[in-house]
Order: sequence, then C-alpha cells, then structure tokens
Amino acid sequence: MSAVRKRSMLLDGIAQIGACGLFGLQVLGAIPRSLRYFRESVRQVWFVGAMSLTIIMTCGLFVGMVLGLQLYYVLSIFGGTAALGTVVSLSLYRELGPVVTALLFAGRAGTSMTAEIGLMRATDQIDAMEMMAVDPLAYVVAPRFIAGVIAMPILACVFNALGILGAHLVGVSWLGLDNGTFWSNMTSSVDVWKDVVNGVWKSVAFGAEVTLIATFQGYSTAPTSEGVAYATTRTVVFSSIVTLALDFVMTAFLM
Amino acid sequence: MSAIPTPPSPASSTDDPLIRIRGLRTVLNGKTIFDGVDLDIPRGRITAIMGPSGTGKTTLMRHITGQRPPDAGEIVVDGRDMSRISREDLYALREKIGYLFQNSALLTDYSVFENVAFPLRQHLKLPEELVRNIVLTKLQAVGLRGAAELMPSELSGGMVRRVALARAIVRDPMLIIYDEPFVGLDPIALNQILRLIRTLNATLGITSILVAHELAAVRLVADQINLIAAGKIAAHGTPDQLARGETPWTRQFFSGESDGPVPFHYPAPDYASQLGLAAPPGGRRDVAAPRAATVHPSAAASALDGRAAPRDGGNA
Repeated sequence: MSAVRKRSMLLDGIAQIGACGLFGLQVLGAIPRSLRYFRESVRQVWFVGAMSLTIIMTCGLFVGMVLGLQLYYVLSIFGGTAALGTVVSLSLYRELGPVVTALLFAGRAGTSMTAEIGLMRATDQIDAMEMMAVDPLAYVVAPRFIAGVIAMPILACVFNALGILGAHLVGVSWLGLDNGTFWSNMTSSVDVWKDVVNGVWKSVAFGAEVTLIATFQGYSTAPTSEGVAYATTRTVVFSSIVTLALDFVMTAFLM
Repeated sequence: MSAIPTPPSPASSTDDPLIRIRGLRTVLNGKTIFDGVDLDIPRGRITAIMGPSGTGKTTLMRHITGQRPPDAGEIVVDGRDMSRISREDLYALREKIGYLFQNSALLTDYSVFENVAFPLRQHLKLPEELVRNIVLTKLQAVGLRGAAELMPSELSGGMVRRVALARAIVRDPMLIIYDEPFVGLDPIALNQILRLIRTLNATLGITSILVAHELAAVRLVADQINLIAAGKIAAHGTPDQLARGETPWTRQFFSGESDGPVPFHYPAPDYASQLGLAAPPGGRRDVAAPRAATVHPSAAASALDGRAAPRDGGNA
C-alpha cells in the first residue's frame, strides 16, 4: 500500500470520527424535540431491549456456566472454591456483563438499526420526512438512541443475573459447592456502589456508544445495497473496538 | 412567443412569482451544474423542468426546497430567501410544499392509510375521525380508497405513485413538486397521473413543478416548459413553442436526435486506437465529446445564440 493511500485512509478515518462526533452532538440536540415522539421511543425500547432478551439470557447463562466451571477448577488448585460466587459475580458485574452485553447488543440490535436507517436513506424515506417537515434526527435517530441507553443497562443486569445463575448451576448443583457458602461469600464481597453501579454506568456508556455508531452508520450510508451491507459490517466492527477501548478507559477511571 | 434562448422574459416573470431564482450557481464534486440560472415559477400554473439526464433538475428541486444551499445566487420561495431562512421557517415552508419523489419514498413500515395520514399526525392535533375522513377523501381522489389498509409492498408501481401523490396533497399544499412522476408507468397509470396533476391544478389552484423527460406527457399538462442544458435555462416557452425546435437544444431534445449540443458519447480515448486497429496520430487522443453538463463552451454559446452548434460529437 502506497504512502499516499495510507495517508488518505488515515485522513478518511479521522474525518469519519469527526463526523460521528458532530452527528452525536446533533442527536443530543434532537432529544428534546424527540420527546413528542415518546411512543416511538417506547416502541424502540421494546424492539432493541425486549427483542434482545433471548440472546442475552441464553448467552448470560452459558457465560456463567463456563465461568463457574473454569474458576472452580482454578480455585480448587488453591483450595479456594468457596470464593467461587465472589469471583464470578465480580467478573460479571464489573467487566463481563457490560462488555459482553454491549458486543451482543451491537450484533443483534445495532445491525438492525443500521440496516433499517440505511434502507430508509437508500429509499429516500429520510428525505421524504425532511420534505414533510418532520426532523428525521428527532423522529428516527433520537428514539433509537434513547432506547439504547435505557435498554443496555437493563439487558446487562439480566445478563449478570443469568450468569450468576449459570455459575450456581455448575458450582453448587453439579460440582457440589455449598449453597450457603456460594451466596454468603458473594453478598459479603460485592459492593453495590463500587461494583454493581459502576457496571451499570459502563452499560449506559456502551449503550450510547453502540447506538450512536449504529445510527451514524445507517444515516450516512451510501444509498446502495452494497453501501448498506458495508455500513452494517462497520457497525459491528467499530462498536466492538470502541466498546473494548472505552471499557479500558472507564475501568481505569472507575477503579 | 417562440422558444426563447435567453433568461426569463417579463411574460414568464409574473408580478409575484411563487419562486424566483436569480444567478444560481452550483458546483458538485468540482463539476459546474448551474452557472447563472434565472428562473421564475408563476403561481397557480404547471411549470415543467426538462433537460437531458445529469443536468441538475433534481438538484434544482433540492435548492428550491432548501435541502441544498446554492454556491451563489438567490432563491426566493413565497417571499423567503432560502439562503437566509431559519430552520423553523424552512420547516414551516415545507409544510406548504408537497413533494412527489421519483421512487415515491413511502414509509415501508406503515400502511397506505398511515402513510397518507403521516403529515397530518405529525403537525396537526386533529380528532381521529377527522384524520380518517381527510385521508379517505385524498385516497378517493387518487382512486385508492379501497387500498387503505394495504402495505406499500402489496402495491403496483402505479398505485405506489398515486399513494405518494395522495400523501403530497393531504395538507392542501400551495406547491407540489413532481420529480419524474411518469417513469415506469404503464399507459393506464400514466393517464391517471396526468389527469390527477391537471385536476389538482385546476380545482385547487396549486402551483406545480413537473420534472420529467416525457415530452408527449408533459405537453398534455404543462403551461410552460423550461429546458435546462449546459448549466443554464437553454429555452423556455409553451410546450408547442418548444416542440417546434427553433434552437439546437430544443431541436435535439424534442426530436430525440442522438447527436447535437448534447453529445451521445461520454468523453473517451480514440475508438480505433482503443480497439487496437490504428495508432492515434500524436499518441493518445481524446474524443472531443464533452459531457452534457460540461458541454463545449463554443457549442453551448452557439446553441444559446440559436446558431448551429459545431458537430463535435463522440463519433469523431
């Protein structure tokens, strides 16, 4: 790859980040105007939240079961299996719950947002709204943004609950760890504000970030079938990268 | 008045035109689309905007509706300068404009009824019964009252176009813009749309702008035609006046000649040398066939003057 092409790609990337940032400011500005479309926001919470429950619950359960199995094995080497509930819950509340939920959310809800808005753009529906004096940022984008910010922490909490249930199934029901030990160690070691609420804050940030990327990709897509396909792919790739990077930054500040 | 290869005359510039454009200049991706367009759209008339593909007809509509600001010039719509209009005023103005998109742009998740009701629900707090009556009245006007509960995916192309027309007129606008309304329509649907355009204009006194290529259809409804070419209004007049083809532009456009001021061929290297049949004299040689919107200055100038354009088409 020539130096000129590399430089061009770098500049394009920086321009995209800048455009996404400006788009985010426009969306924030459109939120007050979108309050009149309250029903649309509720519909989006149902669509991106309730409709994502199946994948979130299933994955949460299996992630918890894998965590329970792996950690039981590691802890048994040191004779510390009693700490299984503590380690599993802290892992889920602080990191795995928010991050894995965000990654799943990007794949399940983010892609559908991008494809839906992208097709609306490709079929002139966005322009038609503009021409009918309906602000598409307030009617289409802002309700999805609000829905993402509301739905993500709830989904992360559900993920955490199912994860702990999965770890309990493996650790207590299968491998014979004492039920009381599992729960009492967990409740005595987990701090609501430091662990649970910090995880919720992360989820809120991830919800804003994933929905912003998804809606931006859809809103700015090339109005072709290939353009929508690329935009959908970019939503997953960029959301995943930004989620993990943001997780590191937030962890550093919230520790 | 014959086809006039000059800026709009006082005859077309009524005392108070709904839309007044002066010195419009637009550059898109380094290409000059408009270079000093002057145009008046009179109130209560059907004005057709015609021209070869790629001359910026849809871009002109985007300027008029405030979707794209011009690089220079003045566009005044119903007394509002579009380059200085505030967002609130722009949306207020758009509430008085109906826009029929080329691909209709119906909201695909909504039924026919909800599509037509959409502008009413967004802007007016009307009782549901009144919304229902207005929507059914408009659907009756386009002959689709019975299709109210269908989804857009269940409609034919002509029906979709008529639903979009019902949506465009649901708030009784002062201006309707039809962007290529005849594309892909069968003769029956075409006649229905033509009849609707004429009826709406006659009964409601709506000002209409018709962007189209189909001269035969346009002649049936338009009061006047503006022909855009080479970044300017190349000719304007009544359909009959322009159809006489008194300038190279009108002659080529209305008789469908493949060669003339608007070349058939896109600029390309020498044909024979590209096929490997002969070496071009002096190496690579470009065909002197400019694109429609970047037409050769001498061709454009002579065409606008009513003189014969130099034959420098792509078969050179």
